[in-house]
Amino acid sequence: MSEMSVSVSAPTVHPGSQPLPEAPAKVIARNLNFYYGEHHALKNINLALGTNRVTAFIGPSGCGKSTLLRIFNRMYDLYPGQRATGQLLLDHTNILDPKLDLNLLRARVGMVFQKPTPFPMTIYENIAFGIRLYEKISKSEMDDRVEKALRGGALWNEVKDKLNASGLSLSGGQQQRLCIARTVAVRPEVILFDEPCSALDPISTAKVEELIQELSENYTIAIVTHNMQQAARVSDKTAFMYLGELIEFDDTSKIFTSPSDRRTQDYITGRFG
Amino acid sequence: MNPIYARRRRKDIVIRGLCIGAAAFGVTWLALILMTLLYNGLSGLNLQVFTENTPPPGSTEGGLLNAIVGSLIMTVLGVGIGAPLGLFAGTYLAEYGRNDKLTSVIRFINDILLSAPSIIIGLFIYGAVVVPMRGFSAIAGSLALAVIVIPVVVRTTEDMLLLVPNPLREAASALGLPRSLVIKRIAYRAARSGLITGVLLATARVAGETAPLLFTALSNQFFSLSLNKTMANLPVTINNFVQSPYAYWKQLAWSGALLITLTVLALNIGARIIGAERTAK
Repeated sequence: MSEMSVSVSAPTVHPGSQPLPEAPAKVIARNLNFYYGEHHALKNINLALGTNRVTAFIGPSGCGKSTLLRIFNRMYDLYPGQRATGQLLLDHTNILDPKLDLNLLRARVGMVFQKPTPFPMTIYENIAFGIRLYEKISKSEMDDRVEKALRGGALWNEVKDKLNASGLSLSGGQQQRLCIARTVAVRPEVILFDEPCSALDPISTAKVEELIQELSENYTIAIVTHNMQQAARVSDKTAFMYLGELIEFDDTSKIFTSPSDRRTQDYITGRFG
Repeated sequence: MNPIYARRRRKDIVIRGLCIGAAAFGVTWLALILMTLLYNGLSGLNLQVFTENTPPPGSTEGGLLNAIVGSLIMTVLGVGIGAPLGLFAGTYLAEYGRNDKLTSVIRFINDILLSAPSIIIGLFIYGAVVVPMRGFSAIAGSLALAVIVIPVVVRTTEDMLLLVPNPLREAASALGLPRSLVIKRIAYRAARSGLITGVLLATARVAGETAPLLFTALSNQFFSLSLNKTMANLPVTINNFVQSPYAYWKQLAWSGALLITLTVLALNIGARIIGAERTAK
């Protein structure tokens, strides 16, 4: 990460952001381990995501932050040879239970990816598609839900006149907000963001960050980011990971001003990473 | 001039000359064939060709109606049977079985089938269907064409589905879609034009197949819609008429050949148009 090696001071935390009061835990990881075949990628992770809080995961490439995120909705299950041990509780249910219905889990835990992934269909259908999976509603109700979701994705004003255009015709930033709207539309409880802005320009990034803050009023959010300023701007708590271990997990303001671990200090000041 | 550069330039001229020469050589023969076909085929192409059945020996009346209809029926049936099988098999290879060891074995065997001479497939259906049924039949012909369609469609289906980016599948799964819906609603949709192109190209491929029909549907001098009996078809009719001593039969063979060529051309153009839509997006 060359752009980080030039920054010498830690990013400043948003001045008004006092640590919020401790929230009840929505997701709790207990002794969570993860393996890619033989490779032990995550080691004894213990942490909790607060309800309606934003938790950021930072750390150098390959530290396991995306891997951790992909356990929260069992995305790793799509691939053979990947397995998790320990406990991961979503409202006291262990989601690592092999008998768990993955589709229902993923309806509760939505995910937004690094690259925008609109489906090859119209903007309207991109949203309605997910809703139809879980609900049978009338056309007018659907219209309402689509509008609501697009408003939720801060996209409505830009697309309201071309709902029948292909989702692929939008710009990268709009596509990403469409993906967020699509995720919100199925009314999940937790939303996972896997480096949602790394393919976006600065203006789109600002819009998505603003959106994440708004969403945190109603959703529990976990965000993986390479951009420490972003973590400082959007999150309430920050987890620093290194080589598959959770090194430090604390209030974002604390992590970026007075981290207790030497490695966290080195990373946020750009000494490595 | 720098001698190294001069030598490189001479080499370039020679190589370019060879390439242009080879291309011109190939295209010349193709052009000659097409021109001859157009010249001979067009002169005999009239309404009669489409409205009357194949004539008896020596007659100077008649057309290709039964052969055209027979070819249409058997091609549609062959593609109708082969394309779904190919689509499903290709889907298995690209989606469900992507990480399976069996997949590479199936793919290898499919590639062999893809390049197997069609006469072998004709003989196979002869042994598997014609002999047990005690006679040549249109259904045997359709099955032979289906066996040729399958590997083509398997291959294109797998290739097209593998082009669908994985993040799209993950995004669909992340919404809670079960695997079958991810494939049906997302992967097929993203690969749609490629899949249709594959089926069209397979149709073009079997439209002109002669050898497999020679052993299965044979031919029929009369108009027949029965799948249990022999059925006239353009390729075998052309084959028979060309070898005959009758001028009018030869004339009809030219017209038939032109019809097949135009059909294949139309299918290929269709495939190209659909393919272009995909890349334009």
